[in-house]
This record gives sequence, structure tokens and C-alpha cells, in this order.
Amino acid sequence: MERVAIIGASMTQFGQREGEWITDLLAEAGIECLGDAGVDADDVEHLYVSNMASGEFEGQTGVPNALAHDLDAMPAYTQRIDQTSSSGGAGIYAAWQSVASGASDMTLLVGGEKMTHKTTGEATDVIASLTHRAEYKTGVTLPSFAGLTARHYLERFDAPRESLAKVASKNHKNGVDNPKAQFQKEVDVETILESPIIADPLRLYDFCPITDGSAALMLCPESVAKEYTDEYVVISGIDGATDTHVVHEREDPTIMGGVVESGKGAYEMSDLGPDDIDVAELHDMFTILEFLQMEGLGFAEHGEAWKLVEEGYTERDTGELPINTSGGLKSKGHPLGASGVAQAVEIYEQLMGEAGPRQVEAETGLCCNVGGFGNCVITTIMEAAQ
Amino acid sequence: MTMDATRYEDGSISYPGHPRGPGGANPAETIDLSEYTAEVITWTTSTATPPGVREPNHLAIVEFDVDGESVRAIGQLTTGDVETGDEVKPVHVDELREPGAGIREPESQDWDGYRFEPV
Repeated sequence: MERVAIIGASMTQFGQREGEWITDLLAEAGIECLGDAGVDADDVEHLYVSNMASGEFEGQTGVPNALAHDLDAMPAYTQRIDQTSSSGGAGIYAAWQSVASGASDMTLLVGGEKMTHKTTGEATDVIASLTHRAEYKTGVTLPSFAGLTARHYLERFDAPRESLAKVASKNHKNGVDNPKAQFQKEVDVETILESPIIADPLRLYDFCPITDGSAALMLCPESVAKEYTDEYVVISGIDGATDTHVVHEREDPTIMGGVVESGKGAYEMSDLGPDDIDVAELHDMFTILEFLQMEGLGFAEHGEAWKLVEEGYTERDTGELPINTSGGLKSKGHPLGASGVAQAVEIYEQLMGEAGPRQVEAETGLCCNVGGFGNCVITTIMEAAQ
Repeated sequence: MTMDATRYEDGSISYPGHPRGPGGANPAETIDLSEYTAEVITWTTSTATPPGVREPNHLAIVEFDVDGESVRAIGQLTTGDVETGDEVKPVHVDELREPGAGIREPESQDWDGYRFEPV
């Protein structure tokens, strides 16, 4: 099977994009990605849109077809990918499948979400609508799941509360150098620990913001990539997996089975392991998730990710495994359908040497995109083309 | 009122029940968890709640022991004054959150249920 290459990437400014709606954001990222890849719109054979809830957020459905028209990419086949917060990762998987299967020689993936026109409560409720009826009626939200899990983790592994704050502080620091991040300011551990409680023991700065934004990738077979450029990135491993819909039914609340299984699949496909990864983008929608993914992906032993964070192992400029050089969802923002795509955009830029002040030494990168509270997960491993 | 969990043919129990249990086992019977007490596994107090949900919202994951078989449930707490390991009992509430205030269709599910009260 021929390897699948990424030959272009783009990301809009993340944040509050007042007056711009989902179709505007998708078109902006799509046009920029076409330009970055040097591909004409009429050469796009498949066009995928990762989006969780444009119908619920703004009453706009049918966005893939709208995007095809806006880009003048007809008659490209279009499809919307909804896998809640991991819609972006699922879009990468779908786009990869379309190329790897031979169905498409040029696939454009655009992920996006428009959220900030809703109140925090309304947006939180749209996201919480993914829960089981037995969960939803309790008023549980995704942040509540994070609070429940964080307390269990801290108590069971005797981890200091500060270790979670250090995740947030690190990712905010990284976001300072990302001009497209929603927040480009450092936040120290003390400020994080004194911020308002949202879901005890987690506080305001343990959570990502609500965000508008879009990101895009251009995928094609490696043989086609060489017609366009000498420098590109290949997807060497990708897999997706699920865990229980009902979160409390998991045997161990500190293990996300979807992370473990999708990671295993991606490692197996790429013939690589955790020690081979040079840089990673993890789904830090809540700080506790960075610990759970580090452990589920084999970067840390179970219950010990907090120690690596304390030791500086995941710091961008000095750590052995820089995590969330983009600023992560925490600082960069989390426009649901765009986030998984934006993770891959960061890894693409790192592997291409285009990350500017965020640049680390990397030939292999990984991104892990989590949907629900670990309900569905996509792990992608990318390598600089040799 | 009952707090129905499902016991499957393989002996395992889940709350809520599903059409198939672990290993594809078929449901065998329902068990009313409201007759049991449970242990708090973890808890949180949410201060940023969606429309129609009380604020603050005290929540816990608890574990019941049903004749040697454990089953977990999530639910609201009657108080924020709890600790991990506390024993709680289910107490029926007519409306856990306001139907129709959130995004979910009010007729698509029931809204009564149980809060957990320290014993």
C-alpha cells in the first residue's frame, strides 16, 4: 500500500471570530490550504469536513457541500465527519482512508466550529448532549467528568494538585509563540491555583476555552506528492478506537481504553513505539487529560505522568518529549471540529521545520484527539518524508 | 420508583442497562439499586452548569455491592459535604434538572431519578 502524504496545511486565527460563521471559517482555512499545497480546487477529488455541531450551534447544516461551492471544488465528493471533539482526528482517518484505498488522489480535509456566539452554559450543554440519558439528567458536563477523574487520580496516585497546574502553565507558555492561538499569554501556577473553581478540584485555568476556528490538511498518495513538492510529511500510523459511552462503567476511571487501543494500532502500523516519538500534541481539553494520554500512549507508567511533568520532561525547549508545542487546546483554543486537524497542522509544521519560535528537533510526531470523555479517540503518527 | 440496573446472563451488572452486556451477554433481570447503599468513589462540585441544572451541582460516582457483584452509578449528591469512601443511599427526586431548558428534547427521556445522601 502506498504511503499517504500531507502536502499542505493551514489554520485560521483561533478565538472569538465575531460576525464570521462556520462556512466563512471553513472557506478561509480551505483556501489557505489549497495555496499552501499548490493544488487547484478542481484537482480535489474528495473534500471532508470535520464538524461536531454546526446545526446545533448556528442552524447551518450541509456544510461540506457549501464548502465545495465556496472553494469552487465541484464536483468533488463531500462528506461531514462528526465524532464529537475528535471529529478532526476522525476526519484525518477518513481522509487517510480515502487516499490509501485509492478512492481519491487528492483529498482536502477542513475542520471547523463556530461556538463563541453561545453562552458558556449553552455551549457546554451542546457538548454534554453526547452523554447517555442516565448521565445527562444529572446535569453532568464534560468539565464535571474531568473534576471527578482528577480527584480520583490525585487521591489514588498521591499526586500534588500543582502538577495539573503545571500542565496548564506549560501549555500557556507554549501558546505565547503561536500567533494563531486564542490566548498568547503566560499564566503562572499560583494564578491557576487561585482561579475560580469550575469542577472541584479543577479550576478555571484547568479548562480549555470555547473557540471559533478552522484548520485544514491536504492529503494525497506519496507518488502524487512528489509531483508537487520535495518536502512533505507522511502519515505512518493511524488508528481509532472507542471506550464505553457511559463513563462510570469503565473498570478504571484513570485509563482511557480508546487512547490505549488507538495508540497501539498507530504504533503497530508505523512500526514505531513511544520512545520513537519526538513531539506530541495531546488533547488537553482539561489538564487531567494530558496525564491520561501520556500514560495511555506509553510515554509514562500508569499513575506517573505527573512526575514527568514535575521533572520538566514535557517542556518545549528543555524536555525530552515536548508536548503541546502549539499551546494545546488549553491555550490555542478548542473549536471542536477543528482541534484534531489543528493538532496535525502543528505536527506538520514541526516536521517541516516551519514552527518558528516553537520549533523543536523532530522527525516523528504524534497527535491524539479525544472525543467525549475518552469515548472515541484517534491517534495519528506522522514522519518527515525521507 | 426504582433505580433499575441490569443483570446480564454472565452475572455482571450495569447501570444503566444496555441491550447487550459484557461479552455480548443478554440481559437477564433488573435490580433496584435504590434498596442498596453505595460507596463514594469520587465526587466533584460543578459551579458552571448548563441551562436548567442547579448551581452548584454536587456529583459523585458511587459503587454498589450487589451480592458480591459491584456496579457503579453517577448521580447528584444531596450535599457537597462528602468525602471519597463515604457511604451513601439513593433518595428519589422528581426532577433532577429542568426538562426543556437544555438542548435535549424533553420527551426523549425521563427526568426524575435519585440523589445520593450520606448515611
